[in-house]
Amino acid sequence: MKLIGAAFLSALIFGLGLGISGMTIPAKVIGFLDVTGQWDPSLLAVMMGAIIVHFVSFRLITKRKSPLLAEKFQVPTRRDIDWKLLTGAAIFGVGWGLGGFCPGPALVSVASGQSSVVIFVVSMIAGIYVYKFFDRKFLQEKGK
Amino acid sequence: MLLEQFAGPLLGGVLIGVAVSLLLLFLGRVFGVSGILGGLATPVKGDTGWRVAAVLGMVTAGILMQVVSPDLLVGTTTESPLRYIAAGLLVGFGTQLGSGCTSGHGVCGMSRLSPRSIVSTITFILFGMFTVALWRLAGGAI
Repeated sequence: MKLIGAAFLSALIFGLGLGISGMTIPAKVIGFLDVTGQWDPSLLAVMMGAIIVHFVSFRLITKRKSPLLAEKFQVPTRRDIDWKLLTGAAIFGVGWGLGGFCPGPALVSVASGQSSVVIFVVSMIAGIYVYKFFDRKFLQEKGK
Repeated sequence: MLLEQFAGPLLGGVLIGVAVSLLLLFLGRVFGVSGILGGLATPVKGDTGWRVAAVLGMVTAGILMQVVSPDLLVGTTTESPLRYIAAGLLVGFGTQLGSGCTSGHGVCGMSRLSPRSIVSTITFILFGMFTVALWRLAGGAI
């Protein structure tokens, strides 16, 4: 199916980009976050490169009536800043600073077979399920 | 020396930008890895195929690099399981609660000038920096 192929291809390029950028090396990521130590600004260049390309592409692509292989664009439209956004970002930030991995690079790095990555990914998946449970049990009932 | 230092990151960043643009162009979707994974954790019928393909794409990229240039996947200096269990749990939980991570908010959201993504990105970067600073203070190995 073309849809599957397109998703696979874009993710493959994404993964290669992560690898070439250095984001799959935790020490580099932590280096960017190490403002009180040996600051490594490389991550800034990664974000800049990605955002410059996507900023332009996004505008051009969404001028179309629809995507090439799907019925409609599904781009988030919310603009409000709520406690979930802030708290979630804070918790994610702590985890990111602790391990030097975020979801994408971790999945890419699994191929290295290193125990730290595998442990991270398994724990990350567990964390996702913990959230889903937390959401269902505590948040959805109260309409939060 | 400046160019050498930033060439890889910049090129990698451009590829990331191209990749997320491709997903938008073809599938109309935001390339947010945590969102992709979250959608697999609570699967909706008909909406899982592309997600599995995306995960496989990333893993395949890793396999290719491991074969061709394993230095790109240079790992961690300490192998402390507790550290990575804690980090993984926090990242997994936090990205779901906060509706995104570095790809979803940091690249895609910021490119749209989304206020939510700008705030989220600044927040997770700040907390990341704070955490590393504390880790250093506590004498932890990087």
